[in-house]
Amino acid sequence: MNRFAALLDRLAYESGRNAKLRLLTDYFRSTPDPERGFALAATAGSLVFANAKPGLIRALIAERTDPVLFGLSYDYVGDLSETVALMWPTPAGPGPGHNQPPPTLAEVVERLQNVGKSELPGLLARWLDGLDETGRWALLKLITGSLRIGVSARLAKSAVAALGPLQPDDIEEVWHGLEAPYEALFAWAEGHGPRPEADDPAPFRPPMLAHPIEDGDFDALDPSAMTAEWKWDGIRVQAVAGRRPDGRFVSRLYSRTGDDISQSFPDLADALQMDAAIDGELLILREGRVQSFNVLQQRLNRQSVSPKMLVDYPAHIRAYDLLHLDGEDLRPLPFRERRARLEAFVAGLAEPRIDVSPLIGFGSWDELAAARADPGSAGAGEDAGAVEGCMIKRADSPYVPGRPKGLWYKWKHDPFVIDAVLMYAQRGHGKRSSFYSDFTFGVWTGEEGPGDLVPVGKAYFGFTDAELQELDRFVRRNTVNRFGPVREVVHAPDQGLVLEVAFEGIARSARHKSGVAMRFPRVSRIRWDKPPGEADRLPTLERLIARHETGQARSA
Amino acid sequence: MRPSDLLVSTPAGLYCPPADVHIDPVRPVARALITHGHSDHARSGHGAVLATAETLAIMAVRYGEDFAGSTQAADLGKPIDLGGVTATFHPAGHVLGSAQIAVESGGLRIVASGDYKRARDPTCRPFEPVPCDVFITEATFGLPVFRHPDTRAEVDKLLASVRLFPERCHIVGAYALGKAQRLMSLLREAGWDGPIHIHGALEKLTAFYEASGVPLGPVVKTAGLPKAALAGAIVICPPGQIQDLWSRRFPDPVTAFASGWMRVRARARQRGVELPLVVSDHADWNDLIATIGETGAGEVWVTHGQEDALVHWCITHGIRARPLHLVGYGDEGEAEPGDEPAPTPATPETGT
Repeated sequence: MNRFAALLDRLAYESGRNAKLRLLTDYFRSTPDPERGFALAATAGSLVFANAKPGLIRALIAERTDPVLFGLSYDYVGDLSETVALMWPTPAGPGPGHNQPPPTLAEVVERLQNVGKSELPGLLARWLDGLDETGRWALLKLITGSLRIGVSARLAKSAVAALGPLQPDDIEEVWHGLEAPYEALFAWAEGHGPRPEADDPAPFRPPMLAHPIEDGDFDALDPSAMTAEWKWDGIRVQAVAGRRPDGRFVSRLYSRTGDDISQSFPDLADALQMDAAIDGELLILREGRVQSFNVLQQRLNRQSVSPKMLVDYPAHIRAYDLLHLDGEDLRPLPFRERRARLEAFVAGLAEPRIDVSPLIGFGSWDELAAARADPGSAGAGEDAGAVEGCMIKRADSPYVPGRPKGLWYKWKHDPFVIDAVLMYAQRGHGKRSSFYSDFTFGVWTGEEGPGDLVPVGKAYFGFTDAELQELDRFVRRNTVNRFGPVREVVHAPDQGLVLEVAFEGIARSARHKSGVAMRFPRVSRIRWDKPPGEADRLPTLERLIARHETGQARSA
Repeated sequence: MRPSDLLVSTPAGLYCPPADVHIDPVRPVARALITHGHSDHARSGHGAVLATAETLAIMAVRYGEDFAGSTQAADLGKPIDLGGVTATFHPAGHVLGSAQIAVESGGLRIVASGDYKRARDPTCRPFEPVPCDVFITEATFGLPVFRHPDTRAEVDKLLASVRLFPERCHIVGAYALGKAQRLMSLLREAGWDGPIHIHGALEKLTAFYEASGVPLGPVVKTAGLPKAALAGAIVICPPGQIQDLWSRRFPDPVTAFASGWMRVRARARQRGVELPLVVSDHADWNDLIATIGETGAGEVWVTHGQEDALVHWCITHGIRARPLHLVGYGDEGEAEPGDEPAPTPATPETGT
């Protein structure tokens, strides 16, 4: 457990993906089974056990420390688990707890799965006695379910793949049929075992992704060999179901990265009475109308979903593709055929929560461009606001996991663009840790005349390395205030810096002071030439929201 | 004599009226006793300075030979008569030359311990507890969450990272006086026999340690070296530099920081540190309370740091205690890290 804790500790501070990958692979290579398998489960988020409540941890520490000293310490550290980990009294001298061997991660996981409620405090205390500071921190984070180390399931699987010649997608294919401690998986990855049998009736299949289309691409593409459909602004999902040996259906909803998100969408899971795998977009539909991404967000990342949620935010799948049907793998078939099978299948399913994303009719690229500019008149109707562009697919393309070249393209809407004023800057992480690279920008209140600047978003990409150097220099030379790691830079009508900010969508938000929230904002240009007083205004953004809701053209 | 007749806190620092001397004054005074060379304790511009020979030498390195009107070197353990009051210097284990100062008169002894630690440090003499009536202690890490780990494990963490990322450069922030040299020494003990690269601001003090008989092995300035030569290197620099423009010259740096503050995650993250190393030159919580016990003092005065917790502990353990509320300390050494500790290298960094 102490070694696993050291790994978590290092991962928590490391910001680079490649460095995280290397740390994980190094750990998996040098740690025996079954310990590494439970570590894989913990980092990939697939460990399930009853969590300990903070109250239990408070009670344990209260029995062991002076309340005034605990209070002062907690105030200082600011995190319960960490405070307890750091001030937990180490047993000294002979007696209970002394020379207690630290628990292994395997022991922790196995015991937690079947420990009785009354035994938990004693067990936890014994473990804490045996661990060091980092070990206690990791244990407390693990059992309170708040392991924030910035590692996705995909990254953990990639680290396993990197033990040998496998690709991350190879791991994905077998992943959901396996369980901790994954001994067969490690043996396969290291080349001394066969591919584990995936007997999961509802496995994840790594999705096929598209390349952004570029102007030159159109010349090389024959419109008659291609199909087009709307790109919906929801969440790409894979809905899979199959029969267990006892004949009952197992259904799962996977994110694009293979995370099982069924728990957040019980309404959909129940609707999947089928032996099939659908690739589609997860949306919220109210009275047949697709809601904005902001609305969908209300249902994401929830441990439990209330009945009210299910009624107020009804989930829906708009299907793009069919990967598997009644025991047959459809992925080698051309898109055209899969599409025909999909339409027939969804029609037969007759499930109101699942429909097929319509194709867009077009004879030339100009016609498709016109449809993309006005989805409402080209078939998307009232849902035009939820369209973020089109997908262009070769009619004969097989379904190839990953991002193969030359088969699928995405042609997103041009972004929204506004001119905003730089207000605050914060240093970045990793390679950017010496650069002010996270920028908070604002716009003026009021229709005209002197207003106040109100922050409307944050951008930390979009600029080149050379531009970053210039921005960093500007921040350092124009700082008017410092708040911890944040610098306030000069921002007045005649002094300061204007950033052209591009973003994909905009919606009302109660959480932001300005009342608006942007999607994927980034710095598209630095307007050294423009006085801040001439930057955009909040009412302009409010009008953009109104236009976005109806899917109309975009520039401010 | 009451303790407050022998030592009293004033805006300039601790003052001993019968001898007319200040201890570690924060502004220029006529006569000063200095515990150690960190710039918040040892300032220039006093009339006469009494300190250990090493501390005087460190002050000369930092401020120039004329840092005071006159100087007198104090031998450890030898009482010095200041006119009805004697002062005796005892090792404090903080940095090279660091001392506690015992002030005695009429059978009353007060020990001003300055900054101190009890953990092993191959670069300076270990702390010696001095029995006294009043013990004046720092409380930089005066909370029970601060229990410094074994330094070897921390240095091993650094070396393991260097092995795992041999193409990257590890930049370690460490205070220029004491921590930097201790870290070098610990790296040598852990088997690192390659060069240790340093920021120019560390050059003079590191040379002084070497000249004082602390072997540190090959130490090389980074100035002028090509970027590629620093792949796999360990570079030690003042803490202010790890995130500053200076750090951009190194290949894909891993930023580390050697400090007791690194125990608290939020502190490490605030500084953008990727590899926190908990190595401190101050006493941790356990050592603070153990030391108070060893001195046998019936009364404890707490200077800078987390006074509340330590005063509370003393009172609940039957020891009279109060905070002194001295101002101006904690600016160097393991000062609480603020946003941007203005890097003021002792020598300006030249070249690229």
